[in-house]
Amino acid sequence: MINSTPHDFSIEALRAGDRAEFARMVDSYSAPIYRLGLKMLGGAQDAEDVLQNTFLNALTHLPDFEGRSSISTWLYRIAANEALMLIRKRKSNVNLEDLQTDADDDNPMPETFVDWSALPENELLTGEGKDVINAAIQKLSESLRVVFILRDVEGLSIKETAEILNLTETNVKTRLLRARMALREQLSAYYGERTTQKENQ
Amino acid sequence: MNDHDRKNCKALLGTLSEYIDGELPAELCAEIEKHLEGCENCRVVLNTTRRTIDLVHAPADEGVPDDVRERLFKRLNLDDYLRPIK
Ligand SMILES: [Zn+2]
Repeated sequence: MINSTPHDFSIEALRAGDRAEFARMVDSYSAPIYRLGLKMLGGAQDAEDVLQNTFLNALTHLPDFEGRSSISTWLYRIAANEALMLIRKRKSNVNLEDLQTDADDDNPMPETFVDWSALPENELLTGEGKDVINAAIQKLSESLRVVFILRDVEGLSIKETAEILNLTETNVKTRLLRARMALREQLSAYYGERTTQKENQ
Repeated sequence: MNDHDRKNCKALLGTLSEYIDGELPAELCAEIEKHLEGCENCRVVLNTTRRTIDLVHAPADEGVPDDVRERLFKRLNLDDYLRPIK
């Protein structure tokens, strides 16, 4: 999550080409942008491309930045677009499943009802557990994935997520519900089995 | 599970995300909580969805790897500002 407020930076100085101020901004926002790339694309090299392209792009467009949105929103928007562009470049054809996710209004009903929520964190976030979580995020369609990452991984508000992605808040909420349900289902399949094994011991 | 229950479950699941985010009016929350009391499946879905969100939340102290930061600063011609972190 980005802890610093946008007012930590002088927009005037940034627009005037102040290198020290730009470096400070890069350091403040690198972590969330790198993470966004990692979670969107799944690989370190792609995440680094997203990171570099985001700031190169920001550098080019800073003179046009009018401050209508916060710097944070503006940078996230550039980063999200970079990530989506890279994903589309990687894909050779249109993913039909992806289009259906958005067209289908009915939410899938949950299928797994094992309550694994009381398992301690050190049992949930093992190396394997983290891999399962990351793989589950990768399985979301990119339109759900980007919403889920901004809202639940980065902890941004519905409003800011909507602003970054140019979506309505209602649209963000719909996608968020779907993403959360899909992820819950996948984690339940994995952790649920461990809970059942534990109970049978 | 009868049809009436299933319909209630479906309605609850449709609002689950907003319920978790605390964005629903009190009246609706009370209705949801009443359903949750009598429906174990929905309780499990609520608990595990909350836990899912907890687990994915990024740690605040996570940074970029040093070599990634170094290459970024070089790419941006910010070498002069590449002081050691902290
Ligand atoms: Zn129910």
